[in-house]
Amino acid sequence: MNNNIILIAINELRRFFKSPLAWIILAVVQFLVAIFFYVPLVMYLQPASTAAGLTDTVVSTMYGFAAYIILIISPLLTMRLISEERQLGTIKLLLSSPISITEIVLGKFLGITIFYLLILLMITLMPLSLLFGTQLDLGQIASSLVGLFLLTTSIASIGLFLSSLTNSPTISAVSTFGILLLLLIIKVGGTNASSMTALIFSYISIDSHYNNFLTGLFNSADIFYYIILTTFFIILCIWRLDAERTYG
Amino acid sequence: MKKDKVLISVNSLSRFYGQKCAIENISFDAHQGEILGLLGPNGAGKSTTMQIICGVIAANNGSVSIVGHDIHDAPKQAKQNIGFLPEELPLYHDLNIDEYLLYSAKLRGVKKTKLENALTSCKQRCGLENMGSHLIQNLSKGFKQRVGIAQAIIHTPSIIILDEPTSGLDPKQILEIRGLMHELSKDHSIILSTHILSEVEAVCDRVLIINKGNIVLDQYLKELLTGNNSLESVFLNLTGEQ
Repeated sequence: MNNNIILIAINELRRFFKSPLAWIILAVVQFLVAIFFYVPLVMYLQPASTAAGLTDTVVSTMYGFAAYIILIISPLLTMRLISEERQLGTIKLLLSSPISITEIVLGKFLGITIFYLLILLMITLMPLSLLFGTQLDLGQIASSLVGLFLLTTSIASIGLFLSSLTNSPTISAVSTFGILLLLLIIKVGGTNASSMTALIFSYISIDSHYNNFLTGLFNSADIFYYIILTTFFIILCIWRLDAERTYG
Repeated sequence: MKKDKVLISVNSLSRFYGQKCAIENISFDAHQGEILGLLGPNGAGKSTTMQIICGVIAANNGSVSIVGHDIHDAPKQAKQNIGFLPEELPLYHDLNIDEYLLYSAKLRGVKKTKLENALTSCKQRCGLENMGSHLIQNLSKGFKQRVGIAQAIIHTPSIIILDEPTSGLDPKQILEIRGLMHELSKDHSIILSTHILSEVEAVCDRVLIINKGNIVLDQYLKELLTGNNSLESVFLNLTGEQ
């Protein structure tokens, strides 16, 4: 891969881990997800528990809630990606260096994606710890993990784009949160999936595609949904920065 | 001193912010080994001109050629030859000086094997030796300014562009920075903007006065300051009361 992209990604991560924010986010996500790991585990151990298997009861529930937690906390991760460069004036250092805007945006995206991978790795350690005592459906875990990863890349690209629109991290965080929540709850409009509009609402929702991955269903349409969403917002971000150079 | 080689060639540059015209039809050349002072009242278009030369913003009309590379058509080659210090220092406050300078060097395409040398020599030139592990946010304004200059020269570009390099500094620091600029002009071409007239007289070889987006004067200081002309009277005549 391109050196400049990696350089920007590494700098992003390094600066991220210098602030307490990164560590606190890792800790909070881990703690909250652990609750949603522990509670279904206790329920599963009850004698009167349902016939569903361990992976379905515990692991899928955990990844399902992990998506919500990551979605809620994400605006705080992505808010400063570009807005802060603008606030500090360091965007001029980047723009006057021999690197392209595409490289800047992809570098930022790679940096934040690596951080998300770290979160996913940390929370996956919990279900994997069950392997000491029992057997798990590793395929279903892998599928959930791929789904969650794709979900986080699209969340990251939306946050990245909104961060490129403003020079205030707060505004970027609030608007990112608004859009993510809208994409999450829009499926409510599709609860009676009989009419065409209801189907469309349900299809647009960022969360309905994820549920397939949780059940171990590896559907290429779901994969493409996330890839298209991610690519779309990355391209918008590149356009935005380019337009700012020309007209801003 | 060799002054014939043209390093920057700016041709009929125009730039609008919405309806407002920031600069209009600006053309000039900058030669090797000279210090060119961009002078003008606030809002005259100095920063805009500098940012266009560095490729931070794009021009609506006209072209900039850096050592033969067009900033628009071959931005990577052109930008490798430029070191830019914007008016607001582009510093990451949470990095230390070494981390920040190494990052800037890598951004500017300094080769891995040359990184150590580039770092030591630019820190030495800017008086930042033994300060590598200081966090930038704890530095005084004068030292921040030095770090800003250091990031502009770390890749030994042929052209250094400094936007108000002495603003906010105390008199002693201003003298030090001026000394540094003289030192740098031996191997680099420098364009600096300022609205302090004495600064131009102290360091520049040539002066460009911009007023309301147009160049109103382009002359060598030696020629300009013959007879009774003072830079102040020239400046006030050209930019003053209308």
